[in-house]
Amino acid sequence: MELLFVVLIGVLYGTGIYLMLRRSMVKLLVGLLLLGNGANLLIFLLGDLVKGNPPVISPDSSVFTAVYADPIPQSLILTAIVISFGLQSFAIILLKKVYLATGSDNLDDLNTHDLDI
Amino acid sequence: MTSNFIILPLLLHMATAIVLMFLWKRITAQRIISVISNIVILIVGILLFMQTWKTGIITMQAGNWPAPFGITFVADVFSSTMVLFTSISALAVSIYSTVGINRARMKYGYFPIFHFLFMGLNGAFLTGDVFNLYVWFEIVIISSFVLMTLGGKKPQMESAIKYVAMNMLASVIFLTAIAILYGLTGSLNMADLSIKIAQIENRGLVNITGLLFFIGFGIKSAVFPLYYWLPSSYHTPPSAIAAIFGGLLTKVGIYALFRFFTLIFIPNEFITTAFSLIAVATLITGALGSIIKRDMRRMFSYLIVCHIGFMIAGLGLFTEVALAGALFYLFHDIIVKTNLFLVSGIIYRIKGTMNMPKLGGLYAEYPKLSLIMAIVFFSLVGIPPLSGFWPKINLFQAGFFGGNYLLIVAMIIASFVTLYVIAKMWTEAFWKTAPPLDPDEKAYIDGFTVLRPFSKLLLVFPVVMLMMVSLYIGFGAENIMVISKHIAAQMMDTSPYIKAVLGNEALNIQ
Repeated sequence: MELLFVVLIGVLYGTGIYLMLRRSMVKLLVGLLLLGNGANLLIFLLGDLVKGNPPVISPDSSVFTAVYADPIPQSLILTAIVISFGLQSFAIILLKKVYLATGSDNLDDLNTHDLDI
Repeated sequence: MTSNFIILPLLLHMATAIVLMFLWKRITAQRIISVISNIVILIVGILLFMQTWKTGIITMQAGNWPAPFGITFVADVFSSTMVLFTSISALAVSIYSTVGINRARMKYGYFPIFHFLFMGLNGAFLTGDVFNLYVWFEIVIISSFVLMTLGGKKPQMESAIKYVAMNMLASVIFLTAIAILYGLTGSLNMADLSIKIAQIENRGLVNITGLLFFIGFGIKSAVFPLYYWLPSSYHTPPSAIAAIFGGLLTKVGIYALFRFFTLIFIPNEFITTAFSLIAVATLITGALGSIIKRDMRRMFSYLIVCHIGFMIAGLGLFTEVALAGALFYLFHDIIVKTNLFLVSGIIYRIKGTMNMPKLGGLYAEYPKLSLIMAIVFFSLVGIPPLSGFWPKINLFQAGFFGGNYLLIVAMIIASFVTLYVIAKMWTEAFWKTAPPLDPDEKAYIDGFTVLRPFSKLLLVFPVVMLMMVSLYIGFGAENIMVISKHIAAQMMDTSPYIKAVLGNEALNIQ
C-alpha cells in the first residue's frame, strides 16, 4: 500500500510540475491543483497508513501501546483541502478575467506592459 | 506566563473586518472605523510589547489543550516587536487609504480585506505551531490576491497571474515540508520540534526539510533565484496596497525564516554557506535590477529584493551580532519600505506618471513635501545618523569577524547602488525641470493641489508619521539595538522559549 502511495504521489508531483511549466494558463492551474493533491496525499502517507486501529485508549491503560491510526494528518489534510478549494476557485475566476482582458490563454502574452520599462 | 491577551491584535482585526463587511456600501463609516480600530490595535501592540519586554515570553494554549497537543500562541519579544511595527504600518496605510484608494475599490470591500490581511500577518507572528503558521500564511495570501486584483485593470490582472501562481506554488512547497516534518517527528509545535529535530539521526533528511521550508518562505520573501515574480507584480496595484505588500508581505517570509532557522533547524556549515551565497546573489541582482529601471515603483520593487539580502546575510553569518543587525534592518525596512510606496503614491498623484524621465520639477513645486520625502530616501540609503546606517555596522562587524569578505563586498556594493539609484531618482524627479510635453499628449492636471486641505493632510500625515518613526529608529538607535540584541540572544539560546511553551521539565527529560 505504501509503495502505491509513493508512486502515486511521485506521479502527481511530476505531472503537476510538468503542467506548470507549459505555456497555457489552464494547464498552470491544473498543475497547481495536482501538486496540491500530491501534498495532501504526502501528509497522509507520512502520518503512517494504519488500518483498523482507532486512536482510542482502552480504559485499563493510560498511554498508547500499539500502533494506531493518527487522526492529525487527516485533520491537516481536511484544512488544506478547504484552503486550496478557496484558492483554486479564486484562481479559476482570475483566469477567466485575464482571458477576457487579454483574449489569450498563453502566459507569454502577459507581458504587454513590460515593454515601456 | 499565560494570558489570552496576546491574541487581541488578531481578534480586533477580525472583529473590525466583520463589522466593516456589514457596512459594505457605507464608505465614510468604513474609513472612520478602520482608522479607529487601527489606533486601538496600535495601543494594544504597544501594551503587548511592554508586557513581553517586562515579563518575558507569554503563551496561550488554544482551547486549553496543553502543548504540544493543541495550537499554541507565543508572544516573545520578536513576535511582539513585529506586531508593533506591523500595527504602525497598518495605521499609516489605513489613514493613507482613506484618500489614496478610490471609491470604487472601497465599495468592493477594500477595508474588510485590508483587516483580514493584517489579521493573518499578526497571526503568523504570534503562532507557535507550524501548521497554524501555514493557515495564517494562506489567509495573508488570499487577502493579498483580492487586494492585488481589486479594480481589475489589465496590467493588474496580468501581474496577478504571476503573483497567484508563485504564491500557490510556495504554499504547496511549504505544505510538503510540513508533511515531511510531521513524518519525521510526529509533532507540529515549534518548541517541541526544536527538541525533537535535534535528536533525529538522519541529518540529511533534516537538512532537506529545512531547505524545502527555505524555498517555500524564500518565494514569499523574494530571495535570489525566487524573486522574479516580485518586480513584475508589485508596481501594478495602487500605492497603498503596494505599500502593504512591499513593507510587510516579504517581511513575514523573513520572519518565518528567522523563526525556523534559529529555533527548529539550527544551521550547520552547509546551510550558513548556502545562505551567505544566496544573500550575496540577492544583494547584487536586486541592486543591478534597480539601476536599469526607469519606472520609480519598479525601481523600488528591485530595492526590496536587494535589501532582503541584508536580512538573509544576518542568517548566513549566524552570530549574535549579525542576527541583531539583521533584526534591526528588518524593523527599519518595514517602516521605510511602506513609506517609500506611500511617497511614490503622492508623486503619482501630483504628476500622473511614475516614469522618471517624464517626471521633474517636484522640488520647485513642493519644496516642503520634497524635504519630507528626502528624509525618507536618506533613511533608506542609510546616511548616518538615519535608520538604515546602524544595522549595517553590525553586519559588517560580524562579516569581518567571520572572515566572510565576499558578503561584505556585496553589502558595500548594494549600499552604494542604493545610494546611486536614489540620487539618480532625486535628480530626475525633483531637481531637473519637468520635460516639455509631447505635442499629442494631454497635459496632466495635478491631482494633489485640487484636493481639499484635509484630504491633503490625510495623504501627507502617514508619510510624516512613518518618517518620525524612521527618525526615531535612527536617532534612538541604541534603544532599537537593545531590543534587537535581546531578540538575537533569545535566538541563540532557545531554552526560555521552549520552557515557556512546554513547561520547565521539557528540557530535562532527555
